[in-house]
This record gives sequence, C-alpha cells and structure tokens, in this order.
Amino acid sequence: MSTSSVDWKAVRADFPVLQRTIDDQRIVYLDSANTSQKPNAVIDAMADFMRTSYAPINRSAYRLAAEATDAYEGARGKVQRFINARKPHEVVFTKNATESLNLIVDTWGEANLRAGDAVVLTHMEHHANIVPWHMLAARKGIEIRWIPLTADGQLDLTDLDRLLDGAKAVSFTAMSNVLGTITPVARICAAAHAAGAIAIVDACQYVPHNVTDVQAWGADFTTFSSHKMCGPSGIGVVWGREELLDSMPPFLGGGNMISDVRLDGFSCAELPAKFEAGTPPIVEAVGLGAAVDYLSGIGMANVRQHEMALTDYALRTLDARYGDGITIHGPRNIEVRGAVLSFAFRDIHPHDVSQVLDQKNVCVRAGHHCAKPLMRLLGVNATARASFYLYNDESDADALADALDGASDIFGL
Amino acid sequence: MPGLEDLYREIILDHYKSPRNRGELATPPAVSAQGHNPLCGDEITVYLQLDGNTVTDIKVGGSGCSISQSSASMMSQAVKGKSVDDVKAIVRRFKGMMSIDTEDDSPLPDVKLGDLEALQGVVKFPVRIKCATLAWNTLTEALAEAGQS
Repeated sequence: MSTSSVDWKAVRADFPVLQRTIDDQRIVYLDSANTSQKPNAVIDAMADFMRTSYAPINRSAYRLAAEATDAYEGARGKVQRFINARKPHEVVFTKNATESLNLIVDTWGEANLRAGDAVVLTHMEHHANIVPWHMLAARKGIEIRWIPLTADGQLDLTDLDRLLDGAKAVSFTAMSNVLGTITPVARICAAAHAAGAIAIVDACQYVPHNVTDVQAWGADFTTFSSHKMCGPSGIGVVWGREELLDSMPPFLGGGNMISDVRLDGFSCAELPAKFEAGTPPIVEAVGLGAAVDYLSGIGMANVRQHEMALTDYALRTLDARYGDGITIHGPRNIEVRGAVLSFAFRDIHPHDVSQVLDQKNVCVRAGHHCAKPLMRLLGVNATARASFYLYNDESDADALADALDGASDIFGL
Repeated sequence: MPGLEDLYREIILDHYKSPRNRGELATPPAVSAQGHNPLCGDEITVYLQLDGNTVTDIKVGGSGCSISQSSASMMSQAVKGKSVDDVKAIVRRFKGMMSIDTEDDSPLPDVKLGDLEALQGVVKFPVRIKCATLAWNTLTEALAEAGQS
C-alpha cells in the first residue's frame, strides 16, 4: 500500500483519546516520543481477551489455558516477525525497554565484563542506557567510553575504531529521543564486530516509526517498549541472538524460569522462559500483538514516509514563522532524523512554553527528557519537545506554530 | 481551564525579567543551599548571611522557568532584613497559600506577603506548585545549614 493510499484521517479516527475535546478544543498530542496513544484495535483486543480467553499461560492442562497460551505466544511470534528476528524464542518480554537494558547489563554484562573492560556509549543516550552501565562500573570497575556528537547532532564517528579498540560492547540508540537523529546502526554493529565487541541497539524510538530488521542490522541485542508503539504500558522487549541469550545467566529468579528447583539449587528453563520469571504481562502481550497487527496493517514504510513529510513540513513552517526566534536541535536532513523536534523558543523557558501551549491543548514535553548529559552538551537545562506519530498531520504542526505565538504575547518577547 | 493571566501576572513577569538579589555570597561566612526541580530542570542556589538572628543579606543564583525564578526573586525581597522567626513565619504563610500540607496544624501566621500574593494563581496550575516552592524549600535548607532550623 503506498503512503498516498493510506487514509491518515481514518487512522486518527482509530484513536479514541484524540476524539476528545478539552474546553471545546481538540487535543493536539505531540508527545508520542514520551508515550503513544492507543487505537481501538488494541483496546478491544485486550478487553476481549480478558472477557473470553483469560487464563494462566504455559502451566495448566485445560483448554482455556491453551487459548491464553496461544494468545501470549502468538504475540511473541508477531513481535519476532515485526523485527525480523530469526526465532520467536529470541524475543523476551520484560516490563519495558528500561528493564530490558538492565537485563542485558546485569546478565550479559555481569557475566562477561571484568575490571578495566571497556564499553562504548554515546553522548546522546537516554538515562536507561547510561545509568545501568554506571551501576555496573561501580560494582566491577569497567571503563565507559563515549562517542561524541557533531555540531548538527549526529554521531561523530571519526574516532570510532579507536573507541572500539579493545572494547567489549557498544550500546547505542538507533534514534535519539531528543534530537531525532537516526544513527547508522548497521555500520556501527559491523565496526563493533570487527573489533570483537557486541552491539546493543536501544531501538525505543526507532521500532515504532520505521521498518525494523535486527538481522539486517547485525545487532546482538535490541530493546524497545510497547507503550511507544501504540501498545499498552507494562510490557517491553529485549531481543537477543540465541547463542548470547543461551550463554547468559538468568535475570530474575522465580517460577516459570526454572526447569528444576531443589533444596540445594536450581536449573534454568529454556529460552525464552529462562528470562521471564513469574506471571508475565499476559493481557499486555495480547495488546502488544494487536499493536503490531495494527501497525503492520498500515505498513511501517508508510508510517516513516508520513513522518518524514510531516517533519519536513513542521521544520519549514516553524522556520518560516519564527526564523532565528526558534532553535530546533538535531540534523536538518530528514533522511537521518525522525519526527522528534526539541526546540528553544525566544529565550522563553521550556516549562513556560509548554504551559502556554497547554492553553491551546497542544501537548509537548518540557524537561531534560532523561538525557541530562546531552542537555549539558547542548548548553541547556531543558528543552521543549514536540514529537509526531502516525495520528498527527499538518494541522497539528500548524497548531503548534500558532500556539507558540501566544508565548511571545505573554512574555513580551 | 483557568486563564494564563492568573498565572503570569505582571508582577511575576517583572520579577522574572528583572530578578532581585541575583548573585553569590562568600561561604563562609554566608551559608548556601542548592535545590532543583527534577521534572523540568529548574535550579536554585540560595546564599544567606545571618547576623545573630537577622538575615542581613540574601542572594539567589540558578536558572529556570518564570515561576521558579520570580518566586525566588520575590522571596529574597520578602526575607531580606527580617528576623529568622519572621522568615519562618513568611515561609509557612507562603506554603499555606500554595496549599502545601505541613505537619504544623497551628493557624497560619498573620504575615503580609506583599508581592508574593501574585503567586496565588499558581494553585490553579498544580504542576507549577513545585516551581513556586523550590526557592522556599531551598531557603529552609539554607536556614538549617546556618543552624536555624
């Protein structure tokens, strides 16, 4: 289906929250980089499952449980195909991407890294891909190296080989939640392997907005969250290559992840159960599966095209309207950026900007976006951030531009 | 929805654009305390010079939104030259205006807040209350630093 044949108005109509008005104004939701709205298909799938097939998974011998298990494992298969993983049991369900990254650090990291071993991160990482490594460094004395940024907010790969020399892992974002920068994932994965390191890709912002192929990337691990891709909160994914997952110790201990438990010890279950201790988010998995179906029905290439056109429109509109009065961070080339626009507006503090925009029901985020090292590099404490998704269109970009005018009025700037 | 004119009153914008008592004091003999609002990136440093029981000088540093900065500016004006007891009464009165629950159940002191009354509108925008109280919580910490809690 070509992007021109997607009825984007009909897509927006699928999202019930966006049909609301507040004070007679429609909601202009521009905070999908934080969390995404949910379509009826996802809401209905979860409610229907709870109404008809809800039961324990993988444990009980009755037919109702078999239905529930099919739904849960069916969702795993949908995610596997969505990211082109080789095997469904390489897809592990967690609580969210943050937990996924902690799982990698606390199992692969704990088992494979010793004092003095180096891990390479980047200056644009989210705290979820920084803090667990700091915590590991405090426990084990690993060295953290940093890939710096270019002036326009892309990764500066001039020294990549030197940074990777002797490193054991590189862990980096596929798309920045602040700058919108899309990084050259396959290139970095290849460079990592050439240096004998593994490649961990934080794809939280990438998977909801692009065609994802973890095999084409050559990645070793990928992490992402359901709630950013039209699915429910409470479930995330860590995908890892089978050989790696098999070689790692378990993460959380308890039921489901064991094959035997004795008074003097235990043995682990096979993948993926080995990393899914306790009762999993069953209903949420069904919701995530429905989200995958919904997005696949539209086509991720179409979603990406739609967002590129929208980003281009938003950049041109804001530039034309405000010129030097607005600073939009990140690259201008929309081939290497997603629809995340962090900006500074006329010396008005981001918190005040978001307050003024709220008067017009334009929802943006103001703050450090869980990327304080990046904020320091940009020389700010905070930015305002507008992010677009498949349910946004040019009228939302116009609404943002119009609402910003109000900020100038109040602050007399 | 309450209008923004309730929040961004002229006095507030005036204090935001021309904050009073900006700067630093040498510590010691002054004391200082730092506060920040993790949600939105507001940062405040409060420097206090005490002479016996009187706040002889106060300076405020940091950066942040119009509410946090104007509140800090108005606070510095309100407490400079006052006795520590008066300062504590003003803090209680201000927090009461912000509808902050404290452990103290006694009636609020009858203290004039002056320019600070302009921040009353913040109560209609609960997300901004932390911005308004940031400087005050930091002031309370600075008083504790000076052994005056």
